[in-house]
Amino acid sequence: MAQQTNDFLYLFRGGADPKQMSPEQMQQNMNRCFAWMGELRSKGKFKAGEPLGDDGKVLSGKKGAVVMDGPFVEGKEEVGGYLIVSANDLNEAVALAKGCPIFENNGTVEVRPIEHIPGL
Amino acid sequence: MVSASTNPGEAVQPDVIQVVDHLFRHEAGKMVATLTRILGFENLQLAEDVVQDALLKAMQNWAFSGVPRNPSAWLMQVARNQALDAVRRQQNFRSKETDITAFFEHRSSTQPGPESVYFDDEIRDDQLRMMFACCHPDLPRESQVALTLKTLCGFGEEEIAAAFLTSTAAVAKRLVRARQSIRDAGIPLEIPAGSELSPRLDAVLQTLYLLFNEGYKASRGDELIRQDLCDEAIRLTTLLVEHPTGNRPKTHALLSLMLLSGARLSARVDAEGNLLLLAEQDRSRWDRAMIQRGLAHLNRSAAGEEISEFHLQAGIAYCHCTAASYETTDWQRILTLYDILVETNNSPVIALNRAVAISRVRGPEAGLRAVELISDRATLEAYYLLHAVTAQFHFDLGNYGEAAKHFQRAQTLAGVRSEQEFLANRLRSCREKLAD
Repeated sequence: MAQQTNDFLYLFRGGADPKQMSPEQMQQNMNRCFAWMGELRSKGKFKAGEPLGDDGKVLSGKKGAVVMDGPFVEGKEEVGGYLIVSANDLNEAVALAKGCPIFENNGTVEVRPIEHIPGL
Repeated sequence: MVSASTNPGEAVQPDVIQVVDHLFRHEAGKMVATLTRILGFENLQLAEDVVQDALLKAMQNWAFSGVPRNPSAWLMQVARNQALDAVRRQQNFRSKETDITAFFEHRSSTQPGPESVYFDDEIRDDQLRMMFACCHPDLPRESQVALTLKTLCGFGEEEIAAAFLTSTAAVAKRLVRARQSIRDAGIPLEIPAGSELSPRLDAVLQTLYLLFNEGYKASRGDELIRQDLCDEAIRLTTLLVEHPTGNRPKTHALLSLMLLSGARLSARVDAEGNLLLLAEQDRSRWDRAMIQRGLAHLNRSAAGEEISEFHLQAGIAYCHCTAASYETTDWQRILTLYDILVETNNSPVIALNRAVAISRVRGPEAGLRAVELISDRATLEAYYLLHAVTAQFHFDLGNYGEAAKHFQRAQTLAGVRSEQEFLANRLRSCREKLAD
């Protein structure tokens, strides 16, 4: 029986196309990320997080024999990074996500509770 | 959380984030200049792509792991890897691979010391080469400014378009053509020497002057971008004047002009963004430190025998900056400088400014006569300031009807809301006087 934990996963998709951003815009975007993540840290909510690199692989088939470059999905679908945050419940995790600057550039944040199955 | 293998030195604690204003822009400028020298000027676009990727990585990584203690070094290291990747992928670049590796290995040390001074000189030399190349007389003047903003100042195409009130597509096209001209004309990436130096330096100064003017005209566009243009012009001219090649009286004169004018920029509008006349400006808001720097360069411009247009304009700016109030301004001296200036430059706009100085010394009637005597006055017909100035002279003489007519004309021609509002107010004053 899965238990709820206080950990939630944020998956970031979309946002501004960095190839189109000027250096100044990138710096301002970074500043906004600092501000938001800084807030999460100072509230003790930030647990982990990293950006994800562009070159990846997708495995499928028997024993993962089929290895392809990818995933190549449309920009707004591609997961650019993740965060693990601490929150009392999903509502709080959602509330904390609202400050993410990705929304200013039409990005999305998927919020998922991390479950714990005892005995594993 | 901190990947020590990619960051030279530790990262700063993530919740104490301080990134210097415009760091990305300025680092972009430095890196493009250096990479272009290694990869070849004809591969400017490749250098720009590499730098874009490096900044992108910084944006993504630093948000999570904090700003590295030496951001420049971090960026250079990433750019190095990107450049090597790009070069390995393309057959015709294989020969560059050794150059790039050698160059970056040379610079892998982050220790301060005599070597870092050497690096700083090299970086500055690279930027100077880029400046001379971007401002090459074979390129159309507008392209020179756009190219300078893009490659040396790290501006995006959208930002350049906003500054020039044109479309991003138009700027993109202009840049593509400029890069093509560079390839076709074989424009070299080098600091000119010998007899070539003077004319090439003049070309650079003209472009930097144009860049400054784009920012100084508080007449259009997004104010933030305008201040940035002035700042960049000052930064580049400072770079130039600190190099033996650019260290000449004329460069000091231009820099002085920029500093003495730039010092007064923020006082030109009030808190609500309304335009203020020189007479109305709060002089305590002028940047005293900038004025001091401007005066220092004015002194250094006094060497040698040449009195350039920049010298004269700096002299006029000096008169304003050193006047405690509008009333105590030495208008006679300003007029004397304008008298010489119109001999050097017969631009009708300068003649118009001189007419204002004349009115301060000899009265509005003399001002009106001076305006009538401007040769080429027809070219000013669509220039709102011609009508605003004429209107004010009439107002000072009590000819409120004439004044109203000209203020109205000026208002229809003015480009920006704050100016239109200002002129509308003047028009109202005229009508009030007429109603009396």
